[in-house]
Amino acid sequence: MTNAPITATKPKVAFFDFACCEGCQLQVANLGESLLDILGAIDVVEFREVMSEKWDKDYDVAIIEGSITDHHAEERIKKIRARSKVLIAYGSCATIGGVNGMKNSFDLDEIRQSVYGKDYKLFDSAKTRPVHQVVKVDYFVNGCPIYPAELVEVLKCALRGLPYTVPDNPVCTECKLNENVCMYDKGVSCLGPWTKAGCNSWCVNNGNICYGCRGEVKNPAKNAAADVIGKYKLSADLIKNKFDMYNKCKEGDTNGGK
Amino acid sequence: MAANKDLDIKVEYITRVEGHGDIVVNVKNGKVEKCELHVVESPRLFEGMLRGRSIFEAQHITSRICGICSCGHSLASIEAAEDALGVVPSAQTIKLRKLLLDYEFLDSHILHVYLLAAPDILGVPSFVPLIKTHNAVVRRALRMKKTCNDVCDILVGRHVHPISAIAGGFTKLPTPKAIDDQIKLLEGMGEDLAETLKLAATLKFPDFHRETEYVALVSDDGEYPLLTGEIGSTDGKRFKKKDYKKATNEFVDPRSSAKFTKLSRESYFVGALARFNLNYDKLHPEAKKVAVALGFKPVCHNPYLNTVAQVIEIVHCYHHALEILRDLKKNGVDYSQEVVVGVNEKGAIPVRAGNGVGAVEVPRGILFHNYETDAKGLIKQANCIIPTNQNINNIEYDFAKLLPEIITRTKPEITLALEMLVRAYDPCISCSAHYLNVTFTD
Repeated sequence: MTNAPITATKPKVAFFDFACCEGCQLQVANLGESLLDILGAIDVVEFREVMSEKWDKDYDVAIIEGSITDHHAEERIKKIRARSKVLIAYGSCATIGGVNGMKNSFDLDEIRQSVYGKDYKLFDSAKTRPVHQVVKVDYFVNGCPIYPAELVEVLKCALRGLPYTVPDNPVCTECKLNENVCMYDKGVSCLGPWTKAGCNSWCVNNGNICYGCRGEVKNPAKNAAADVIGKYKLSADLIKNKFDMYNKCKEGDTNGGK
Repeated sequence: MAANKDLDIKVEYITRVEGHGDIVVNVKNGKVEKCELHVVESPRLFEGMLRGRSIFEAQHITSRICGICSCGHSLASIEAAEDALGVVPSAQTIKLRKLLLDYEFLDSHILHVYLLAAPDILGVPSFVPLIKTHNAVVRRALRMKKTCNDVCDILVGRHVHPISAIAGGFTKLPTPKAIDDQIKLLEGMGEDLAETLKLAATLKFPDFHRETEYVALVSDDGEYPLLTGEIGSTDGKRFKKKDYKKATNEFVDPRSSAKFTKLSRESYFVGALARFNLNYDKLHPEAKKVAVALGFKPVCHNPYLNTVAQVIEIVHCYHHALEILRDLKKNGVDYSQEVVVGVNEKGAIPVRAGNGVGAVEVPRGILFHNYETDAKGLIKQANCIIPTNQNINNIEYDFAKLLPEIITRTKPEITLALEMLVRAYDPCISCSAHYLNVTFTD
């Protein structure tokens, strides 16, 4: 890990956005007045969504939102990495490719043409990759959007040089504690059994299904999953297809992009 | 500088999401040779990615086009999906969607007015220096933002990428306590809103006018139309939502790689000012009072005053939302309408081959979603036309008129005038907050 403790002066923190909706940055603004407490502990030197200021020195912490989807972005993220002591991948697009990954289900030229017509080459586009498939990532904040409470936890760890362990139990564990009726029992399939927890089963609490935005657990209970699929007479393709919405970028999944 | 006889302004910014672009200004011997705004769309290819996905996933996916107006995208997407499926939403569902849209407007407009207008007026590059110098204003802005966020959390799970609003209805309906909580939160914002109006009254805007066509939803009922209605314009055009292509007339111009739109004349304007100009009479009385106090009347041709129109809409949406909530409190909620849809694996909603259009006012203007589905309910074609793209053409025509009027000014003054003009359109908070990273090259 390169996450050495940061002390002395206030750490210089910067936000950068790549291909994404910028909703995860907005989650920071949604912290309300408690944002001012965080801003009291750090020195935000770049944050394009709300600031015009620029910084030309090194960053103690770089927070990266979005996926790497073109060649310019690849160069840019490498430069940011070189200037950053700690790098945080922030939100599904950055941590797992997110919805941008659906692009990888198509032939690149074909999908570009489908949107831009004959002029498609004006718009550079490459296979979607999450940040860690291009440069080394020190911390991951999953979710689409990120869960604000988790951001605060990760920031605390990053600023103190402590590791943060991404929850690797399925969403169902949180869902049960929230006493939700299982979506399968309501007659629809849900990706909770295979998806990393940490969101407090946000979507299911609100009557929707889990879409897998936090990525797949490392060691899914395959037998139990097979039982679920069997019990509710679901096709494995249905589940796989649902997974592809956020989790299409799994190939070459080594931190640092090797 | 020698009377700005020769002037090159080249604004280059990262060409990624909606609203990012380059500005190229070229003046020779006092004559404007070039004054363009080039916008390059994001290479995220949403319309392409939607192909083959279930129509029941469209809301979830297209919400991710923009985190700032994800509720607006959701509502346009839902309308298009339901239109394709032939689903007619219930009166209660429409009411709740209107409430959600009010929240979206409140949230977005407050963010724009405070994060963009306030720093400009106070002459600082962002709200961060204001934490020291204008702590109370920053706290108020964050507090109001948080309230908008909190009411959205209660209504649909969260503001960024709403959870319970889907094609077919709502997966969770607000309990009586949830309705009370929203009322309490909004009422608690009243004082801050009053302070915001005081701040708005101090805002000074450049005096610039250019007649153009204003396009927004219009309707025959008495309600300020944000969700329902038809497409209308100040040039007297009117189209059904289904015929949105007749209103947008997208075209490619060799001078830029972005698609432009036009209707009756060379360009048109969408957004708060367009809605204000077309539907002033239908604003909430409290909002009208504010308009009168600010001396703001339709038809207004000063694009800088779009920010003022936003302030008026803040007041409108605030009171409109409270009216819906009080109505829900009084008449109750029919919980039997709660839906469980998923990707419709149990066939809760009959699926058919179809073509559906959604046209919804979102904070930055009218937004169109259009999906064509096959007999299984899978998306064959998708098309989204966002407000920012509709406005680019109009901004360029504004530039062309504005620049000769201010050509004798200094470079920083010209830059600020151009910056403020683009910001007034609120093209997208992320880009407009520091849209014009202007560099001059003589």
